[in-house]
Amino acid sequence: MILLRHGRMIRRRAFQIVPVIILATFVVFGLLQLVPGDIAVTLAGENATDARIQQIRQSYGLDRPFLVQYGTWLWNAVHLDLSRSYLSNEPVLGQILHRFPTSLLIVGGALSLSLLIGIPLGVLAATKSGSKLDTAVTSFASLGVALPNFWLAMILVATFALSWNWFPATGSVALAKDPAKALLHAALPAIALAAGGVAEVARQLRSALIEILSSQYVRTLHAKGLSPMAILWKHGLKNVSVTLLTVIGLLVNRLLGATVVVEAVFAIPGMGSLIVHAAIHKDFPVVQGVVLSMVVIVISLNLLIDLLYTLLDPRVGLK
Amino acid sequence: MRDGRDGAPLLTVEKLCVHFNNGRQDVQATRDIAFSVQPGERVGIVGESGCGKTVTGLSLLGLLPRHTSRVTGTALFEGQNLIGLAPDRLRQIRGRKIGMIFQEPMSALDPVFTIGSQIGETIRTHFAVGKKEARQRAIAALDSVGISSPERVHDSYPHQLSGGMRQRAMIAIALVCEPRLLIADEPTTALDVTIQAQIIDLLMNLSTRSGTALLFITHDLGVIAETCTRMITMYAGEVVEDAPVDTALVRPLHPYTSGLLRSLPRLSAPGTKLHSIPGRVPSPQAMPDGCRFEERCPHALPDCRRHQVLDQVGPDRRVRCFRHDALTLPGALTEQEALV
Repeated sequence: MILLRHGRMIRRRAFQIVPVIILATFVVFGLLQLVPGDIAVTLAGENATDARIQQIRQSYGLDRPFLVQYGTWLWNAVHLDLSRSYLSNEPVLGQILHRFPTSLLIVGGALSLSLLIGIPLGVLAATKSGSKLDTAVTSFASLGVALPNFWLAMILVATFALSWNWFPATGSVALAKDPAKALLHAALPAIALAAGGVAEVARQLRSALIEILSSQYVRTLHAKGLSPMAILWKHGLKNVSVTLLTVIGLLVNRLLGATVVVEAVFAIPGMGSLIVHAAIHKDFPVVQGVVLSMVVIVISLNLLIDLLYTLLDPRVGLK
Repeated sequence: MRDGRDGAPLLTVEKLCVHFNNGRQDVQATRDIAFSVQPGERVGIVGESGCGKTVTGLSLLGLLPRHTSRVTGTALFEGQNLIGLAPDRLRQIRGRKIGMIFQEPMSALDPVFTIGSQIGETIRTHFAVGKKEARQRAIAALDSVGISSPERVHDSYPHQLSGGMRQRAMIAIALVCEPRLLIADEPTTALDVTIQAQIIDLLMNLSTRSGTALLFITHDLGVIAETCTRMITMYAGEVVEDAPVDTALVRPLHPYTSGLLRSLPRLSAPGTKLHSIPGRVPSPQAMPDGCRFEERCPHALPDCRRHQVLDQVGPDRRVRCFRHDALTLPGALTEQEALV
């Protein structure tokens, strides 16, 4: 029944995705033209003749006009062909699918940590607002938001990996191969990413919950004889879940961006390091492929969150 | 205390004071509030905004913000002092023995739960009943407040209902456990005039039918004249007069009550200038020790600056003005009009 009600919304939103994807990939494609250096020279290797370089340009279509290049890429992408990497000659889609789980593990871990720690902290701070605990949570949250995650990542590596040897300092292991080891590798990067998330979740939840708990409808609930626990966990949580959903949406978008930097610090072969490496070497197909997949992920996530809004808050219409 | 009445009062409030403290200064919102409500009686508390009438209502159920307010005095309800009662004992009274309805029915209902679940949870908080029975009782409660399609409203969310319907639902929530006392805090102020009349009629009917006493907090004297048998006038945080409505309307004993009654617009006398009380209410930080109305009172004497007590005048009247014997004050109605 829910799916039936939401079918139209999903269809309409699916159409909105198309212009966003075209715009995002077009802008990135354009920016890559401005990157200095020539991929053909790199590919031709040392001591290559001009004719050899020209031949490579032709074979990759690099000599064709910009719009034609972009159009060709887009046409192939529509047919689920993200072409091959200039550098490794591997299919881009395969590379992305191979690396995506690594990044997903880190981002998913960071998100879970943010929620598991941030929600209880936010609830505690809101129910004991004005207390020392509240002050502690609020100051911790300000600190967490302010700390740059690459700096935190380096501190974590220095302490927990290099000095104490609790965690590996670099690399990753596939979750399917060895789950325990994979989690161990993902732990420090996830913690480094989660610091800001914990702070953001705790702060937003605290202020939203304080507002709810001092609202007139909560006064009515007290007047009806409900216990503070019932008010907090039933009414408080359902009302605050809308705010929480918004925070989660923004947080995931930010984590996807921040993972690029953190993957670099920990030398993890994820999506982040893939796009960084590709961008430096003007490997267009890879950059375009990663950007495309990120756009699709972010937009699908936002759609999912909008759908959840309609389930949590009856006032949100399905227009 | 009111003697010579039938049995013990349902609620006896004495020396009720509310202080607010914002961390920098302590402000007294109400001083020595005293009144009583008999079982089934309909009592109105009237006064202008900020006189402490809403605060008084909220303090009875312990609904004032915990950290910033301090309540002293006694409020005996069925033998228990509501002020300072243990939270879990107070919760057994809230919603079960004393119901409360508020001014703004939109913001007083939880927007993300259905009307039915908000009535049902009240029932299930106070009675050990299953979901099915709670639903039946909730629908019956909606039916009893004059909602024509109670099953549909049961499954509706607050934003899907009109203001009048929401206030009816609010009343259903407050009355579903058949409390002995209903505190209604400006229940009609946010509604259209035609809806106001319907809600007042409804409250009258329900209170008469079930014998629920009504404490009607409002600034609208017309509403009190229509619904209540007794009227308590508050000014600047104090009770200044407590009298049966019909005598208070004709012959008020306190100059403030008289001023309030005379500033009622009257349809019967078009063209006459509306009376208004000169001056303003003293600020809470600079409350005089003596009569708080003295500065604005046309009948003030130097002795008015002495502390005034709430004097018993006859069996069912009290007034906080030592000149009440000497003054004959105009009310809203003349003796002749009152007889008609």
